[in-house]
Amino acid sequence: MKLTLRVWRQKNADAEGAMSTYEVDGISKDMSFLEMLDTLNEELILKGEDPVAFDHDCREGICGACSLVINGDAHGPERTTTCQLHMRSFQDGDTIDVEPWRASAFPVVKDLVVDRSAFDRIIQAGGYITAPTGAAPEAHATPVPRPDADFAFEHAECIGCGACVAACPNGAAMLFTSAKINHLNVLPQGAPERESRVLDMVAQMDEEGFGGCTLTGECATACPKGIPLMSITGMNKEWLRATRKAGKK
Amino acid sequence: MARTVWDSSVGKKTVMAVSGLVMLAYLVVHMLGNLKIFFGAGEFDHYAHWLRTIGEPFMHYEWTLWVVRVVLVAAVVAHAVSAYQLSRRDIKARPSKYVHKKPRTSYATRTMRWGGIILGLFIVWHILDLTTGTVHPGGFQSGHPYQNVIDTFSTWYGNAVYIVAMLALGLHVRHGFWSAAQTLGVGSRTRDRALKATANLLALVLTVGFISVPVGVMTGVVS
Amino acid sequence: MTATAAYPEHPEYANYTTGEPVVDGKAPKGPISERWDTRRFEAKLVNPANRRKHTVIVVGTGLAGGSAGATLAEQGYHVVQFCYQDSPRRAHSIAAQGGINAAKNYRNDGDSIHRLFYDTVKGGDFRARESNVHRLAQISVEIIDQCVAQGVPFAREYGGLLDTRSFGGVQVSRTFYARGQTGQQLLLGAYQALSRQIAAGNIEMHPRTEMLDLIVIDGRARGIVARDLITGGISTYFADAVVLASGGYGNVFYLSTNAMNSNATAIWRAHRRGAYFANPCFTQIHPTCIPRTGDHQSKLTLMSESLRNDGRIWVPKAKGDNRPPNQIPEDERDYYLERIYPSFGNLVPRDIASRAAKNVCDEGRGVGPGGQGVYLDFADAIKRMGRGAVEAKYGNLFDMYQRITDEDPYEVPMRIYPAVHYTMGGLWVDYDLQTTIPGLFAIGEANFSDHGANRLGASALMQGLADGYFVLPSTINDYLARNPHHDEITDQHPVVQEVLADTEDRLNLLLAVDGDRTPDSFHRELGELMWEFCGMARTDAGLRKALERIPQIREEFWRRIKVPGTGEEFNQSLEKANRIVDYLELAELMCLDALHRAESCGGHFREESQTPDGEAERKDDEFSYAAAWEFTDTGAAPVLHKEDLVFEYVHPTQRSYA
Repeated sequence: MKLTLRVWRQKNADAEGAMSTYEVDGISKDMSFLEMLDTLNEELILKGEDPVAFDHDCREGICGACSLVINGDAHGPERTTTCQLHMRSFQDGDTIDVEPWRASAFPVVKDLVVDRSAFDRIIQAGGYITAPTGAAPEAHATPVPRPDADFAFEHAECIGCGACVAACPNGAAMLFTSAKINHLNVLPQGAPERESRVLDMVAQMDEEGFGGCTLTGECATACPKGIPLMSITGMNKEWLRATRKAGKK
Repeated sequence: MARTVWDSSVGKKTVMAVSGLVMLAYLVVHMLGNLKIFFGAGEFDHYAHWLRTIGEPFMHYEWTLWVVRVVLVAAVVAHAVSAYQLSRRDIKARPSKYVHKKPRTSYATRTMRWGGIILGLFIVWHILDLTTGTVHPGGFQSGHPYQNVIDTFSTWYGNAVYIVAMLALGLHVRHGFWSAAQTLGVGSRTRDRALKATANLLALVLTVGFISVPVGVMTGVVS
Repeated sequence: MTATAAYPEHPEYANYTTGEPVVDGKAPKGPISERWDTRRFEAKLVNPANRRKHTVIVVGTGLAGGSAGATLAEQGYHVVQFCYQDSPRRAHSIAAQGGINAAKNYRNDGDSIHRLFYDTVKGGDFRARESNVHRLAQISVEIIDQCVAQGVPFAREYGGLLDTRSFGGVQVSRTFYARGQTGQQLLLGAYQALSRQIAAGNIEMHPRTEMLDLIVIDGRARGIVARDLITGGISTYFADAVVLASGGYGNVFYLSTNAMNSNATAIWRAHRRGAYFANPCFTQIHPTCIPRTGDHQSKLTLMSESLRNDGRIWVPKAKGDNRPPNQIPEDERDYYLERIYPSFGNLVPRDIASRAAKNVCDEGRGVGPGGQGVYLDFADAIKRMGRGAVEAKYGNLFDMYQRITDEDPYEVPMRIYPAVHYTMGGLWVDYDLQTTIPGLFAIGEANFSDHGANRLGASALMQGLADGYFVLPSTINDYLARNPHHDEITDQHPVVQEVLADTEDRLNLLLAVDGDRTPDSFHRELGELMWEFCGMARTDAGLRKALERIPQIREEFWRRIKVPGTGEEFNQSLEKANRIVDYLELAELMCLDALHRAESCGGHFREESQTPDGEAERKDDEFSYAAAWEFTDTGAAPVLHKEDLVFEYVHPTQRSYA
């Protein structure tokens, strides 16, 4: 396949960026999207040009590093991560636009690489269960009903890639934040910190400059792990509950 | 606690949801009252007068109505201010657009902001037209709402403004009601279809109910 | 020291000298089940009030590093932690699928700590240290408790209790799992514990920062040199102890199931500064990966081994038969595993299945692009069980396969091929997980300790977390208590100056060559060479050939490498090239180790050492030791230090699958 790529190039966080056009030839349908970019980069290096910087690591769809907006879609046209997107989703002669995640809480580092440390700070604000090593009771001391365990797992699947933020017209991190809150708040182990967790994480999310939710559902559509939009409803419920409880104190 | 709610994006969204539901409840009653116009001038004007005497003798003349008006103004202001602040926040959170543009999301979602502005302007016109009579076409007669309504809907622009606003209202309610349910945390996977159906029904009934009045005037059913 | 030029015919490359044996002086004597308690009791403690004054550097945030950082910080130490990823949550432990072993015996199926210990020593083909493995089995039980308390959503039964499954030929059901994402869930648990400590100010976290060298002062590890991958700035960090949790070195092979950026730089630089590297040739090759599709292939993806329970593996009988699989009649197919191993059939252990696949492909009977694949056929299973049952059992794996290959495995047989996915070798450590450099510890896949010559399924997660949550936080106290460092080190220290200059020179040189070959082209060339000669089956002649080739590639690398851009910016090509520098040295040691170990054991198969029916033949008389290598100079003969392995509880036997 022969393709025309229009790629966002930006030297560093402070520089102005722009779309640059490249032609790539000899692309196989079996290549992953990132392997196609590898091909482009090999050519650029040999030509003495700066290769396109992009985040990637496991290339198995689980680490959450890869983060490209392809033709306006976070992670491209299929419901998967960029690394698991294959070139057979495109046609010979296509022009493909490749851009970084866009959100003011995710500033561009270089080209297609953005800084997602805001997500780490949201987790640091309360996305954990306080269980110092060695203090744990026997694992079977607290049974967890299967539906709760399944619910927790479905939300724990989040890979923290940030596609939800990239897809949201408001640059909101509600789906990411809610996934962790729902995972931990449904478990009996998470109950003691249930209120502080949701209040602190939502406060941090606001602090980072993410937008609010207008329930467009773009986040859930883009999520490669299928975290449902209803996750946000669950977070809102937890937040209201925690606020009421805090108000009574 | 009030501070926590107002300062948080989730809290502000709660304010929008609650104020929106207050206005929605009012609109349902308002629309049902409007339909009395099909029973003729006597019954309609009598109903309008009764609105001013609710609660008597405990309440003084028009007191109840003023209580309702105050609550409504508070709801409108809360709804608008939180919408404005949240929108500012949203726009700030996504300052640069994607170069590759794509049509996205349902019509109702995209038009929440524009629809809200249209409805805000409409409310101002609506009050100046039929409550204070300031911009009313023809001679506004206090205490004769039946005739006032007919006057308004006898002009082309009166019909146009009203019908456009009511269509905007339908779209606004359709997304807004379901959205409020999510904000208040009452949505769930099992309840989602019912909530969406209720939202659609409410939007449809309100739009059809309200629009039936100008249509009635235009077709001569109400005259 | 006795100088023994092992290969007089080629003294210039394939040689080494043998030094004094290396001894683990930390494991207590006495009954094996009491050793860990004894060690913990004998270890000196650091007064809780004094812990704040001690800084510990942890490199890596995977299961081992993440859990160690969190636990050390909880104990009160000041932790300075590093990862090259943009977030500690992305370490490659996240990709582990299957599960984590623990001797809980919840099934009442006869499991016990001793059985897990026994299985692990035997599975490692008797090349692991008994004391360490027993401790691992003991701690396995606590790991599950710890993870459940953190909210790790393990699979549960309807009664609300934890579910387990059996794994990799073990006869008990002791593997705890979270669907196919056990690694992810365990890693996120550790990451969350780490995050809590970062928020509390107990951990200073440096993401997108890569360790490039180790600072050793007065014989003790006192810090690291690291590069900020965004600005390119090179900085020094000082501490009282350094913990390496930087993972394995499977990426030497270019194509592996490792993450693209997983690398050996931290452990290799430590090796160059004096830490012995043990058993580098012990690599595990997983039989069921999705084969490569062409030269563009950048990495390989694993498919769960469970597929071999119902799928039948075959290739065409004739060489170069390119007919579509469904048109090859039954009598022209070779179900080679069933033919060669009639009693075990498709369920032979990993190493056997991998080697057999390589053999048929080498004969020219491989299928798919480049002939590097064999069929894994479910047609019979579908006929026997019905499509629905197959779908229920393997549906998600079939979907994953279809997404990557665009072939429907319900209609067309899957194609699979073995791939490198774990390295049992690593930095030599004693019972305290301390390397031969005092104050330098290595945990998780970065060390060599617990898996011997072959790792059992679902044991990597167990070992990473055992090291990080429980072992290291107990043993490091002893070192810190005995070595209170009160001297301040600054960048002006002559040793620091030297290490800094070394690092800068290396990076500047990479940028200055301005040749005509990309970093990837060298990496690929090295990987292909290693796969060919130091992969699934190794021969004396092949290893010699590789040992001849590697220095040539290295020489060419420094002549022709092209790295665009500068060092003072985000430069992924420079990162890559710098990692390849280390692969080019490590690869040589791997081949030398493989050459010197003239026996077959676990993942190391020497064709010269096999039984008449083609099975691996261990030579306990000659090789019952861990080979710990001491670095001398690039391309120069290293020194071999043997650690004799003593088996008091599990007696070595030869494996048999006939």
